[in-house]
Amino acid sequence: MAGTLFDKVWDAHHVRTLPNGQTQLYVGLHLMHEVTSPQAFDMLHARGWTVRAPHRTFATLDHIVPTQAQQRPFADQMAEAMTAALERNCRRHGIPLFGLDSGLQGIVHVVGPELGLTQPGMTIACGDSHTSTHGAFGALAFGIGTSQVRDVLASQSVALSRLLVRRIDVQGRLLQGVTAKDVILSIIRQLGVQGGAGFAYEYGGTVLDAMSMDERMTICNMSIEGGARIGYVNPDDTTVEFLRGRRFAPSGEREFDEAAERWRRLASDAGARYDDRVGIQGEAIAPTVTWGIHPGQSIAIDERLPDPAAVSAGERAGIEDALTFMKFTPGMPLTGTRVHVAFIGSCTNGRLSDLREAASVVRGQHVASHVRALVVPGSQQVRAAAEAEGLHEIFLEAGFEWRGAGCSMCLAMNNDRLVGDELCASSSNRNFKGRQGSPTGRTLLMSPAMVAAAAVAGEVVDIRTVAQGTPTGAAR
Amino acid sequence: MKIETVTGRMVVVRGADIDTDRIMPARFLKVISFEGLEAHLFADDRVEARGQGGVHPFDRPDAAGASILIAGPNFGCGSSREHAPQALRRWGIGAIVAASFAEIFAGNATAIGLVCATVSAEDLDALMAHAERDPPLQVTVDLAQLVVRSGPEWQMSIGMPSATRHALTSGEWDATELLLADYDEVSRVEARLPYLRATSRNA
Ligand code: SF4
Repeated sequence: MAGTLFDKVWDAHHVRTLPNGQTQLYVGLHLMHEVTSPQAFDMLHARGWTVRAPHRTFATLDHIVPTQAQQRPFADQMAEAMTAALERNCRRHGIPLFGLDSGLQGIVHVVGPELGLTQPGMTIACGDSHTSTHGAFGALAFGIGTSQVRDVLASQSVALSRLLVRRIDVQGRLLQGVTAKDVILSIIRQLGVQGGAGFAYEYGGTVLDAMSMDERMTICNMSIEGGARIGYVNPDDTTVEFLRGRRFAPSGEREFDEAAERWRRLASDAGARYDDRVGIQGEAIAPTVTWGIHPGQSIAIDERLPDPAAVSAGERAGIEDALTFMKFTPGMPLTGTRVHVAFIGSCTNGRLSDLREAASVVRGQHVASHVRALVVPGSQQVRAAAEAEGLHEIFLEAGFEWRGAGCSMCLAMNNDRLVGDELCASSSNRNFKGRQGSPTGRTLLMSPAMVAAAAVAGEVVDIRTVAQGTPTGAAR
Repeated sequence: MKIETVTGRMVVVRGADIDTDRIMPARFLKVISFEGLEAHLFADDRVEARGQGGVHPFDRPDAAGASILIAGPNFGCGSSREHAPQALRRWGIGAIVAASFAEIFAGNATAIGLVCATVSAEDLDALMAHAERDPPLQVTVDLAQLVVRSGPEWQMSIGMPSATRHALTSGEWDATELLLADYDEVSRVEARLPYLRATSRNA
């Protein structure tokens, strides 16, 4: 019978049906970081349990690490304590940890794929909602809470209810200046921040087919902002070629080819039945920017902000609250709005191709004098690759800070944060109140190229009106 | 522990899409235990409310001791941080009745025995009105009857996925024991997954 990738992977990992009807689902890869794991280990130890599959568990440091002044002990005592706790727990249980001295440390959702840990057909769990990122490879990857981290540590499985599958086709092609970030922001705008509840999103269509793995990761990453715990793309040649030669990918030509064959067969079959289908035309998508306090509150850059007076009573309160918090007025355009901070990084847009895109915009330009701008590579490997191409020099000459790898100003658990009501053009994924570290700080989510352009102009600009330099880097 | 009813006074947090960054701002996640987190619930929203000359529901004197939180749609969206439901639970909340919940939040809440139940949009308005009555009402969230009620006075029906209801009322909401019950079956799945065979050769 024809099935979706979701069906095939779910069924292969089904352990048993629990008394309440949920599935006990085997977890093939468990990823950890320092913020959501210490309590899970404590609960595990308190019950006298051990880690069932330390060889299928990998940890890194991302949320809290300083991205400058990284000598130990960290100046921030709590950051030091949390780091030490993860190190201790990993040592005790034999879990590999990609620490600061490994050359492999970085945001867990950047590190997993670039090491080839993330592979098609796996179930992947991590105590982090953006675990959906790994779905770009045709894995079922989902975020879990700390109690479930404990469950996975103890049993290498979780209790989950089966999801429905919504196929989202993005057909046609993307116009100049439009990126994967704009695609996912417009999907979220169209389907709503809760539209994906109960669903896994399967992304496809000619636009997704043509995308690189980095771009597919950007899309899957933000599935959770649309309420979908899982997002995925069917594996194809792009997936296979990305994985070839990666550290944890099957080694040896024969093994790899066998695996690749298996991966291709996982793709949803032609006659597969979906619980819902949505079609979007690529040409209709414009560069998209959020204006409010959740990722669904966005406009095409040439649109104007909504007017609460013109919407239904149900929507009004939310829009009014957002406009008040953002200190914006109804009907205003975003272009021309002065920004104070520009942040390029995060698990959404902190990979090499993102840095290349941003660098091609800032090359030979300078950050506006009132703007604080920083680039935080998603991993140490991304940072090294960018430096090998000279991207850091482009950024540094333009007046950006060039940092170590981590989450940094995406959630501001280290020293990088907004001050007061600063407005930040950000390539990250959440514009919630207070998200970037100041309770009154304001975030505009956009593509890395748009962030770069805003940093230079000192205000929000439409990337399509900016002459972009020659693309930097090789493979474009 | 079986959870069949939660009884107590209500506290109302209005608004849609209250995300977990608002329930528990990230700077308070710099901890290695969940203890004491309740002190920081809605920390920034509370300051914001004061700044606007108002009072956040969690700062109202009659909120102290409340055990049922009433909220709008998509409560708990965003980050998967369990710190948010943990803090609510430690503050004394035993049940949340909302228009709807974000999936990860509801799962995290259930895993610690914090009840998440939904009501229709109309009922939510009525419930909020009841909740804001003076003197405060005692209500019961009843998982067996699937209602929230106040004495014989009124009741309205609530919704909850059957798996969640079963987990709470059977006392099996802490899943680990269940997951460990059939260790051999886990091993059998493990043994037939091709990618595990491949990677174990590399390891
Ligand atoms: S970069 Fe941001 S969204 Fe991604 S894992 Fe880190 S904190 Fe979470």
